[in-house]
Formats: sequence, structure tokens, C-alpha cells
Amino acid sequence: MTTDERFSRDFRDARPDEPVGTRNPIVTGPVSDWATDFSHLEPEWAADPYPIQDDLRERCPVAHTGRFGGGWLPTRYEDVAAIAYDTERFSSRSIIMSNFRPPREVAPIGGSPPISSDPPFHHDARKLLLPAFTRTAVERQEPATRALCHSLIDDFGGQDIVDAARDYAQHIPMRVIADMLGFPPEDGPQFRQFVENTLEGVNLPPEERIARMSALFDYLLEQIHDHIDNPRDDLTMFLINAELYGRKLEPSHVAGTMALLLIAGIDTTWSAIGASLWHLAKEQADRERIVAEPGLLPTAMEEFLRAYAPVTMARLVKDDMQWNGVDMKADDWILLSFPAANRDPAQFDRAADVVIDREVNRHAAFGLGIHRCVGSHLARMELRVALEVWLARIPVFTLADPSAVTWSTGQIRGPRTLPLRLG
Amino acid sequence: MKVQINSQLCQGHGRCYDLAPSLFGDDDEGYGQVLGDGVVPPGEEQDARLAVANCPERAIELIEES
Repeated sequence: MTTDERFSRDFRDARPDEPVGTRNPIVTGPVSDWATDFSHLEPEWAADPYPIQDDLRERCPVAHTGRFGGGWLPTRYEDVAAIAYDTERFSSRSIIMSNFRPPREVAPIGGSPPISSDPPFHHDARKLLLPAFTRTAVERQEPATRALCHSLIDDFGGQDIVDAARDYAQHIPMRVIADMLGFPPEDGPQFRQFVENTLEGVNLPPEERIARMSALFDYLLEQIHDHIDNPRDDLTMFLINAELYGRKLEPSHVAGTMALLLIAGIDTTWSAIGASLWHLAKEQADRERIVAEPGLLPTAMEEFLRAYAPVTMARLVKDDMQWNGVDMKADDWILLSFPAANRDPAQFDRAADVVIDREVNRHAAFGLGIHRCVGSHLARMELRVALEVWLARIPVFTLADPSAVTWSTGQIRGPRTLPLRLG
Repeated sequence: MKVQINSQLCQGHGRCYDLAPSLFGDDDEGYGQVLGDGVVPPGEEQDARLAVANCPERAIELIEES
């Protein structure tokens, strides 16, 4: 058995002099005015955020809230892009808008590098990951992904109605990322818990949130130990052995990046697959056209990514400043809504319509600038294969009960219950 | 007509090598690369224009030679 001193004690055991973050009171309940009191965690936003975003874009392009200790919501493409590019004035040290701000000292690395990192560290941490996630590299996952999609549909076993979010979409990214990280495939249900805790548990009491995050890191540490004892060729092993600046990574970097790949790899693609199937179940003409012209799928898929972009990021303002006419304070949140940017009529013709043959589609679903989603090629492969297999096997389907569809709450948006009638 | 990528702007979205695979490829880190000398062969002008128009970072330039 090999030993790796880095993981022999729990890297989370804090030193007494370690800085702590800041907490603010949790505010929940109906929003009084979206321009001055927005919350992406309220049911109205989860049910349909687009009319809210469209309204804000017209009357108040940068909305404010006192919730979460204060934050801003830009809704124009131009403003979202400007903030994504401005890593000097906006930090990624926390990318989930919550009631806790990690201490400034965590920058430039953050808890889950490289998504939580700022330059110049960001570039080096990201560079480590890029080769594993190129389009060429992820092609290796395609045959197994296709086989998985077929087996999920085989498992429907002739039912008339299936839940496409629960029984299809969620399993695809879960299995693919578990394979890439070298985690047991049967741990899938635990991953779902981790994802919900991280991304949807934002307004839980702090003790509860800490306990739940701690369960995730307990699991990751268990996997790290298992890899040290039984070395194998996968992303976990790669991170354990990786070097930066001539030394192996800090244990918190290894586990933080694993957490990132697990969490960000699942919820997002699950949402994109589900939202695309929801659209096709609802819009019969679009479904029929893609079934008749399979070559249109890659173009249609980009349009689904634009119109139903699953991912919203967050930033923290570094210092007090005037920004595009608003008075930002140090440590104010920015809710960086790529979905809102993607529906800005100043950037897209017919922005509110889903145009499946839209040829010019400079959408920002995977972000803009240095934090472009590192898994975008993997996500696109999974989304394409999931839709190809579904449409080939089940060319005819409709929403079984539109009112039974439920959507996730928080920064990742997608269907979590999606009953479809097959045939 | 010629294409070129501004590597200061490219973030590896890969729209160019998806939409115009005979003009662009990916490097070991997924960043876009112009294949060969970047001269667009006759008949591929539309692919080149699509790649330019779909780059989220506006990193591709089309140089029209007269």
C-alpha cells in the first residue's frame, strides 16, 4: 500500500488563526419587487424566470437585492459579458450566491479550483484540466454514453408514461462523470444528494449546510484513499499525481476540483437534456422536423442551449465602485445570468422564440471569457447522444401532464419531474 | 478569403471546429487552430462565415482578399 502524507489527516482541520467568512441573515418569502428585492430561490423564479428577466431588462437592466447580504442581477447580454470578462473587479472566490461569503484570503484559489479561482492562479489550475476535456478526448466516452442511453430506454419496459428527468436525463451525466472520476457507478443516488445540497440548499441554516457539504468531502476523501490504495487510470488518480509549480497539488485542491467535476458535471447536463426533451414534447412541429431531418439536431441543440441555458454563475465585487450607474459595494454578489443574456433582444433576433434552425447563435450558455465551462465539449457530446438515441427510439412523445413538470431551484435550471407520454 | 484566430481571445468553445471542420481543428487543450494556411477553398466560404458568426468570443477574423 502506498502512503500519501497529504491525505493522512483531514485537510479541513482548520488552524486556529484561519480567517472565517461572513454570514448574513437568511431572507426568504415572496419577492416584493424584482428590481429591488430579487431572489432566484423563490418558486416564481423557478417556475418561469424569463418574463421576470425580460421585464427587468427593459425597465432596470441591473436589479438589486438586499437578500444574501446584498447583490446585483444584470440582465443585458452586454453587461453580463462585461462582468464575465472583468476578472480585475469581480472575483470568482464564490460562484454560488448564498448567505455565506468565504474569507477574502481564499482568493485566488477558492474552494473548487479552477471555477473558484482568479488570475493568475486560475490559468495554471485550468490548464491541468483542459487536455482531459477536449472534444477529441471526450469522444472516447461516446460509445459508453450511447450504450447507456439505450439501456435506460430498454429499462422503460413498455411503460406509456415515463419521467424523462428522473429515469433518463439525470443518469447520463451522473454515470459519465462517475466513470471519468473512477467512482463506483452504484453511488449515483448519493451524487444526486450532493448536487441538491450544494446547489439547492442555499437557504438552509448554516449548520445544516456545513454538515451536508461535509458529507460530500467525506465521500471524496474516501475515494481519494481508495485510489491511493488501488491506483488506476482516471481523473481522480490524475489529480492525486498532478503537479503545479513543481509540487503535487494541495489536498484541498485535489478534493475541491473533484467536487467541482462531480457537481458541475451532473446537474447542468441533466438540465440541458431535460429542457430539450421538454421543449420537443411541447412543440410537436419542432420534434417532427428534427425526426425527419436528423442533420438539424446540432443546430437545434445550440438553440436549446441558448433558450434554456441551465447555468447561472455568481461573482463577488472586489472593491466599492460605480459600475454602469449603480453603486456596488465590496463583497456584493453578482448573479451572472447567462440565461438572461441569451434572451436579450439587443443580441439575438426573435430572442424570446425558440428557432431550431437558427444559424447564427453566439450564445453564452457555457459562459464567456477565461471561465468558459471546462466540460462544454463533454456536455455537448452527452446532450447530442442523449437526444439522438431518444429521438431514434422514441420519435413520438408528448407532455403527459404539463402541470406536473417541476423545475429545479437556484442557479442551475432544468426539469426535475418530466412525465412524458410515449408513442 | 482567409481565416485567422486571435489566440488572445479564443477560450476553446470549439464552435469553429464544429461548424467548419475542414478549416479549423482543436489543439491539445481544446483551443481552436486554423488548419494549414487559413485560405478558404472555393465552396467553403459559408462555413467560414458561420464559424466567425458563431464564435462566442469573437475571436475569428475573416480577411477578404481583393
